[in-house]
Amino acid sequence: MTQRISLSVNGRVQTIDADPDMPLLYALRNDLGLSNPHFGCGLAQCGACTVHIDGEPVRSCVTPVSAADGVQITTLAGLGTPEKPHPVQKAYVDEQVPQCGYCVNGWIMTAAAFLKKTPKPTDGQIREALSGLKCRCGTHLAILRAVKRAAAIG
Amino acid sequence: MNAINLSLSRRQLLQSTGALIVTTAAPVEALAQLAGSAVPAGKPPLHPTELDSWVAVGADGNVTAFFGKMDMGQGVDVAIGQIVADELDVPYGRVTVVMGDSGLTCNQGGASGSTGIQTGANALRNASAEARRLLLEQAAQRLGVPAEQCQVADGVITGGGKRVTYAELIGGKYFQHKLEWNNQWGNPLNVTGKAKPKSPDQYKVVGQSIPRNDVAGKVYGTDDFVTDISVPGMLHGRVIRPETAGAVPVSVDESSIREFKGARVVRKGDFIGVVAEKEWDAIQAAEKLKITWSNAPSIFPDQPSIYDHIRKAPVARHTVEANVGDVDAAFAGGARIVEAEYEWPFQSHACMGPACAVVDARPGEATVWTGSQKPHFVGQGVAKILDLPADKVRAIWIMGPGSYGRNDSGDAAHDAAVMSQAVGRPVRVQGARHEGHGWDPKGPASVHRGRAAIDAQGNVVAYEFMSKGFSRIDMATNESNPSDTLAGMLVGFPNATQHGFGVPAESYAFATKRTGWETIAPLLTKASPLRTGHLRDPVGPQIHFASESFIDEIATAVGADPVEFRLRHVKDPRDIEVIKATAEKAAWKAGPAGTRRTASGDTLAGRGFAYSTRNGTVVAVVCDVEVNRRTGAVWARRFVVGHDCGIIVNPAALRLCIEGNVVQAVSRALWEEVTFDNKSVTSNDWLSYPILDMTEAPESVECVLINRPAMNPRGAGEPSTRPMAGAVANAIFEATGVRIRRAPFTPDRVKAALA
Repeated sequence: MTQRISLSVNGRVQTIDADPDMPLLYALRNDLGLSNPHFGCGLAQCGACTVHIDGEPVRSCVTPVSAADGVQITTLAGLGTPEKPHPVQKAYVDEQVPQCGYCVNGWIMTAAAFLKKTPKPTDGQIREALSGLKCRCGTHLAILRAVKRAAAIG
Repeated sequence: MNAINLSLSRRQLLQSTGALIVTTAAPVEALAQLAGSAVPAGKPPLHPTELDSWVAVGADGNVTAFFGKMDMGQGVDVAIGQIVADELDVPYGRVTVVMGDSGLTCNQGGASGSTGIQTGANALRNASAEARRLLLEQAAQRLGVPAEQCQVADGVITGGGKRVTYAELIGGKYFQHKLEWNNQWGNPLNVTGKAKPKSPDQYKVVGQSIPRNDVAGKVYGTDDFVTDISVPGMLHGRVIRPETAGAVPVSVDESSIREFKGARVVRKGDFIGVVAEKEWDAIQAAEKLKITWSNAPSIFPDQPSIYDHIRKAPVARHTVEANVGDVDAAFAGGARIVEAEYEWPFQSHACMGPACAVVDARPGEATVWTGSQKPHFVGQGVAKILDLPADKVRAIWIMGPGSYGRNDSGDAAHDAAVMSQAVGRPVRVQGARHEGHGWDPKGPASVHRGRAAIDAQGNVVAYEFMSKGFSRIDMATNESNPSDTLAGMLVGFPNATQHGFGVPAESYAFATKRTGWETIAPLLTKASPLRTGHLRDPVGPQIHFASESFIDEIATAVGADPVEFRLRHVKDPRDIEVIKATAEKAAWKAGPAGTRRTASGDTLAGRGFAYSTRNGTVVAVVCDVEVNRRTGAVWARRFVVGHDCGIIVNPAALRLCIEGNVVQAVSRALWEEVTFDNKSVTSNDWLSYPILDMTEAPESVECVLINRPAMNPRGAGEPSTRPMAGAVANAIFEATGVRIRRAPFTPDRVKAALA
């Protein structure tokens, strides 16, 4: 019933025994102790659980852990650190974006992947690219400022 | 706060408190170890009358302030640090604010009614001033110079050519000094010493835009949320809610979850949950557990008839809050009557994640980790549901997935408590998405009626505004009583609905005026998914959507400009100033309805105004909307917000706070409506309960901050939520000529109204 699965997260490979149908989110949070992706909805509707798989933003709450075997997974902490921040993270700090901060993971991971493909986006492109994310505290305007700032410094 | 002091990060605080489960170290000593300062034993017991319960000076001269309220991501803790730094004459970077732990802070009420600074700072300000006075007294003795000839700067006292530091005087020791306490807990708690706090002209740190402490930890993913708490031996728990509200479990087939390792059923009264070693197993076990539920009647009315239900339901409580002049006679004598009714739906906190809590219930004591904005009260409730003395339960706040009032977080703590006690191990509870949306306490649905009598000259001779709706305190404002939680009601604490609503907060002086409210009974008294409670600015958005729409309707009826009409009747000088400053900043074009309207293709644009007050804070707003006449979609595009909350402690944080309030308020005005069928709530996810997304976010929110240095700080966490729905509705009317009197202003509803 369980399956041996090899997970490569932030450049480190670890092996777990897990139900192959279990969402990747629980493997990251509970088996590997990586709490950056959050449980928000379990329905791929909010983005709080986003990680990068081979550079693409993926909702880990609906991704079976078996599908992550052998791929490169990056979490928020793998994106950048205070010493070596990703431009979106730096801009988030500069703009003081988060309130509760529970959604931050999804927005930053999604924006980072978006800016890689669209380094000089328009306001409309940013809004569209981030339209599938939720922020309940209403920090939308600060997020827009931060993503524009990241594009400028990135 | 500097990086060294930030060694006391949330994660480390957690480690320290986690350690406390297995050791008996006094909390403050664990804290002191982390902060790198040696604080000896002998701290007086945590109590408002003890100065040491409020401020401490470490051996390194760093200051720790113990704050019994909360920050939910708006920077209240920074503001408190600024106030403490000024009173003590220390650099802000040397102050650490500890909050949210019932073992370390006095119960100042948690986050409540935007009072974090307004009332929460009082005790800290007074205690810090008293600490400075004592230190100055000690320094005077040590230096042999009269205290009045000593100066204090950056924690160093100088006099007669000599100097001594705070650290040398008291570092790592306790003040052992009593304060006067007003014998109040919660929001009104205050303490005073002999020292007089500084006058605002002496402030150096207050007024600065100092950044928040918690941003980097969130952005780099290094700080914990309550969902990340893990303690040794912890099980994962899930509560199982019935499909039909009010149904209770009759029988349970425990063998149905045999396949999941360590899975166990927890039943107590009508409460039913499962625990398992692994979270994924607990989730699956909760889904697979075979439960036979009682046949509960389908109790809820058809959703479209909810407002008729409210109108017809017996009045549980009737309150008239203002009654000026002979209103009825004035109505009888009026030349014409303007009247209108407005409707507002149930709304959900819809926090980013379903609530989570961890409880470790041990024989005779318990520890609670909660995202509730009122952790002290949650600890009291958990003590009652576990039948423990209140002082044997320690509640520790860790940031949860958002908090805008009485959400589901206190419920999760009680759920976890029941299960932890039953299984004798720590239990972590987090619900599924449908449990967060479906079962959190709701903002109450309501109907509002405005009436005005106008004489032959166009003067308003009578004004009446009445609301009728579900109580805003069916669930009490805090979780100190299990009867206000789902688990409490299910295990046998009877719910006792309290009744409360509200009236418009403004200073309109009409010749005669009556305002009041009526509440009705809840649809289901026990463990209801439509139980009602405080949601950011409780009943403010609905009341002022209606009252500020109605003011515009009167202005339209008499052919007046909406701003001029308000200024004609508003009496408070601060209200007048805020309204004028806002209109001026927005370059408001005066004139009757239709003056501020443009059309281009399918886009109808218009501009609306609204104003309201809240507990001493004044907010006015100009809103520009665009309405697509083909789709009915509304874009609330630009806002100019005038804001007066007395002295401004941190302008940058205030602007961000206002922005968040505007966006959340617009979301509630345009999109948010809890849906339900006869059995239960049906808006159980983000598709069925949409909130404002990024494509719909405003283009700009411009703030006009009016600073009043001579006036004590008022609140900012909620007041700018209040007038937004009214401003949007007024702007939609200006753009389209159609008055929308039912929220939310969804595309379908607007399109239908335009047809």
